[in-house]
Amino acid sequence: MKVIDELLAQFPYADVESKGKSYSVVVPPKKLHETAFKLRNGILAFDFLMDIVGMDYGDSLGTIYNLSCTQFPSYVIALKTETDDRKDPLIPSVSDIWESANLYEREVHDFLGIRFLNNPDMRRLFLRQDWKGYPLRKEYDANPEINPVPLINENLDDMESLPSINITAGEKVEKLHKLFEEGEYIVNFGPQHPATHGVLHLRVSLDGEIIKKVDPNFGYIHRGIEKMTESYTYPQILHLIDRMDYLSGTIHRHAMCLAVEKGLEMEVPLRAHYIRTIIDELTRIASHLLGWGCMAMDMGSITAFVYGMRDREKIMDIFEETCGGRLMANYHVIGGVMNDIHPNFQRNVKNFIPYMRKMLKEHHLLFTGNPIARGRMEGIGYLSKEMAISLGASGPTGRASGWSNDVRKIEPYAAYRLVDFKEMLRSDGMTFDRYIIRLDEIEESLKIIEQLIDNIPGGAYAAKTKAIIRLPEGEYFQRVEGARGEFDVYINSKGDKYPYRVKFRSPSLTLVSALKAIAVGSKVADLIMLGGSLDYVVPCIDR
Amino acid sequence: MFHFNVVTDWIDEFLHTYLLDGWALFIEFVLIGLILLTAYAVLALILIYVERKICAFFQCRLGPTRVGPLGLFQSVADMIKILLKELIKINKVDPLLFRLAAFLVIIASICTFGAIPFDKGLHVIDFNIGVFYLLAISSLGVVGILLAGWSSNNKYTMIGAMRSGAQLISYELSCGLSLMTIIMLSGTMQLSVIVEQQDYAWNIFRGGIPAVIAFVIYLIAGHAETNRGPFDLPEAESELTAGYHTEYSGIQFGFFYLAEYLNMFIIAAIATTLFLGGWMPLHVPGWESFNEVMNYIPPVLWFFGKTFFCVFLALWVRWTMPRLRIDQLLNLEWKILMPLSLLNIIFMALWIIYW
Repeated sequence: MKVIDELLAQFPYADVESKGKSYSVVVPPKKLHETAFKLRNGILAFDFLMDIVGMDYGDSLGTIYNLSCTQFPSYVIALKTETDDRKDPLIPSVSDIWESANLYEREVHDFLGIRFLNNPDMRRLFLRQDWKGYPLRKEYDANPEINPVPLINENLDDMESLPSINITAGEKVEKLHKLFEEGEYIVNFGPQHPATHGVLHLRVSLDGEIIKKVDPNFGYIHRGIEKMTESYTYPQILHLIDRMDYLSGTIHRHAMCLAVEKGLEMEVPLRAHYIRTIIDELTRIASHLLGWGCMAMDMGSITAFVYGMRDREKIMDIFEETCGGRLMANYHVIGGVMNDIHPNFQRNVKNFIPYMRKMLKEHHLLFTGNPIARGRMEGIGYLSKEMAISLGASGPTGRASGWSNDVRKIEPYAAYRLVDFKEMLRSDGMTFDRYIIRLDEIEESLKIIEQLIDNIPGGAYAAKTKAIIRLPEGEYFQRVEGARGEFDVYINSKGDKYPYRVKFRSPSLTLVSALKAIAVGSKVADLIMLGGSLDYVVPCIDR
Repeated sequence: MFHFNVVTDWIDEFLHTYLLDGWALFIEFVLIGLILLTAYAVLALILIYVERKICAFFQCRLGPTRVGPLGLFQSVADMIKILLKELIKINKVDPLLFRLAAFLVIIASICTFGAIPFDKGLHVIDFNIGVFYLLAISSLGVVGILLAGWSSNNKYTMIGAMRSGAQLISYELSCGLSLMTIIMLSGTMQLSVIVEQQDYAWNIFRGGIPAVIAFVIYLIAGHAETNRGPFDLPEAESELTAGYHTEYSGIQFGFFYLAEYLNMFIIAAIATTLFLGGWMPLHVPGWESFNEVMNYIPPVLWFFGKTFFCVFLALWVRWTMPRLRIDQLLNLEWKILMPLSLLNIIFMALWIIYW
C-alpha cells in the first residue's frame, strides 16, 4: 500500500521486502527502538504488536516483531533484527512502545537468552529462574543431568527480584529490584486454586480486600511444544496444537493447516472449507459457553456453569460422531479434514441451532438479568480501547472495548468470505461488555452455521497430500480468529520435513497481562471474576 | 389435635413416681441431651440429602442415586466417611484455638436448636426471653468462625474470617430488628406464647404489611447469617478455596458443615415460629370445618412442613444467584435493610395502634 511504502521509506537503513499484504523490514539492533517508535507513532500507527518471535538463525540470534495497524488491520509488518553476539545478546526493548512487549520479551529471553535493554523485568517467563541453558537455541543440551527434576520449591526471592539491564555511557549496568515492598500482604492464587482456569499462579498484593499489584507466574504446565515441533513432521505437529488451547483447539489447528497449505500452494476443496468453518464455529460456541459458565461460577453461580456445560455437551456429541474426538476433535488435517462428515451431522447441527437459541434466552434469563450479576459486572474492570490494543488483548475482550479485530472479517479464511455475519462490537470495555459479547457471538456463530450447513458442496473432503510433506524454504504466517483472540502461526522452514522454527501467538498470554492491568484497585472477588471475563486458557499460555 | 406434651408429661410423671426428684431430673436431662443430639445429626443428614437432590434438579442433574434407593443413604455414607477421616495436624496453627473454634460453632448451633418449639411440649427450654436467647446464643457462632480463621495461620482463612465477622455482625442487626417487630405485635418474647397467639391468624397475616416486610427482611438477613450463597463470601470457594475452614479436616470440618446446614434449618425454624405460626395449623376464622380438617394434620408435620418450605426458599436462592461482593453486601445491610427495618418498626407501631 502507498502509505506503508511511504512510511517505510523513512528508514533508509532498513532492508524492506514486501509480498502481498505482508512486509518484512530488517534493521540493525541499534536502530530497532527508533524504527519501532516511528512505526508506532508515524503517519500510519502500527499500534498492535501481535507477537515477538525469537529466532536462532544458527550463527546469529534475532527477533521478529509482527506488527499490525488497527486502521488497516490486514497489513502485517514483520520487523526483524539480528545480533551476532551469541554469548551475551542484547537487543533494545520495545516494552515502552507496546505494553504487550513486556511478556513477549520475557519469553524470548527465557528461551533464547536474549536480554532486552531497558526492559524493567527480565525474569524468565516459563522456566524456573535457576534453569540452565536456553531451550530454543539450536545447541541446547536437553540432558536431564544438566537440569534434573527439582526437588525443592522455587526460591521466592528469585521470583520476586526483577533483573534489568541498560547501557549508560557505554557501560552495561545490571540492576535488581524487588517486586513487592517489605511487609506487603501477599496472597498466592494458584497454581492449585479452584478459579484460575488451569495452573496459573497469581501473586497478589492486597490492602484489605483491595488489590494493589498482581504478578502472574507461568510455566507450571509448560510442555515445550514449540521445541517439540522442531523435531516433528507437519502432520504430527497438528496434534500438538489441539492440546494448547483445548477449548478452541480446532480453530488453532485450522491456522496451522492454512499456513502449511499456503506454503505448499495447495488447493483445498470447497467442501473441506465449509466443513472446517462449521466445525470452527461450533468450537467457538462450545468455548464461549464454557467461558460464560466459568465466569458465572467464578461469581458463585454454579447453576449457570452447569447450564453452560449442558449445552456444550450437545456440541461435544456432534463432534464425537463426526470427528471421533470430543474435546480434542482432531479433525482438520493438511489439505482438508480427516474424514467425511457423519450422515447425521447436518441433521444434528440443524437441530442444535434452534435448541441453542432457546437456551440462550434461558441463559439471559438466569444470569444476564440477575440484579446481583449486573451489580457485580457493571462498572468493573474497565479496559480502554487504546489499552486493549497496546496490551494486544484481541478477540472478544478487545471487541468489548471497541477494537474491531475480528480476523474472520479482516483476513477472511476458509468459508468466511462466503457468509454474512456481523462483527460484534461494544464500546464500554467493562466486565459486563466482555460477558455479553460472548453470548452475542454465539448468536452470530449460529447464523454462520445456519448459512453453511445446508449448502455444503459435494466433492472430496480433502486434497491429496504427499506422504512426506516438505514445506518450501521460507517464512509462513497465518492468522485466525480463535475463541479468545487472534491466534497466529509463524513457520520458518528450511525446506525440510521438519520446520526450522514454529511460533504460536497465544491470545491467552496477552489476556493475563490485561488482567494484571485492570485488576489493580478492585476487590479480590473481582480479580477472579475479571479472570473469568477475560476467559484465558492456561495451557495456551504454557505452550 | 394430638400434642406432644401428652408424651412428655407422661414420661415426667412416670419418672417422678418411681425416682427421687433429683434423679428423675438427671435422667430427663440425659434423655433430652441424647434426643437433641440425635435429632440434630439426623436432621443434618436429611438436609444434606435434600439440598443435594434439590440442587441437582435445579441444575438438570439427578443428584445422588447410587447408595440405597434414590441415593437415600448417600449422606449416611458420607457421615461414616467423615467420622473415619484423619484429623490432620497442621504446622504453626494455634492448636487450642484451632480445636476450640469448631466446637464453638457447633455448640452455638446446638444451643439455638434446643430452644425451638417443635410442638407443644417438644421444646427443651421455654422461658420468657426465648427470642432474646435465640439471638444471643446464635451470635456466638461468629466467635468460632473468627477463631477458626485466625488460628489456622492461613491468608485465605484470615480473609474469610474477616469477611465473616463483618457480615454476621451486620446482618445480626436486621435479623434482630425484624424479630423485634414481631415481638411488638405479640407483646412477649416467650416462644410458646407467641405460637399460641397465632391460633387464628399467623403473625404474617395478623401483622399485615409490616409483618410481611419484616418476614422478607428476616429471610434475607437470616440467609446471610448462615453464610450460604449468595452471601457465602466467608467461604467463597472460587476465591478463598473454602474460606475460614480451609485448613480443617475430618470431623472438625464436619462440625462446620453440620453447623452450616443446621443453621439454615434454625433460621427457617425461627421464621416459622415467629411469622408462620410455628406448629399451629392453618386456621381461618369462621371456617370451622376447614379448621377441623386442618387439625387432623399433626402439629409436628405443620412445623416441619413450614420450615422445609423456608429451607426450600433458601436453597432456591442459593442455587440461582451469584455471589455478592463484600462492599455490595455491606451496602445492602447498612443502606437498605437496616434503615428499612427501623422504619418498619415505626410502621408496625402505627399498625398496632390504628388497626
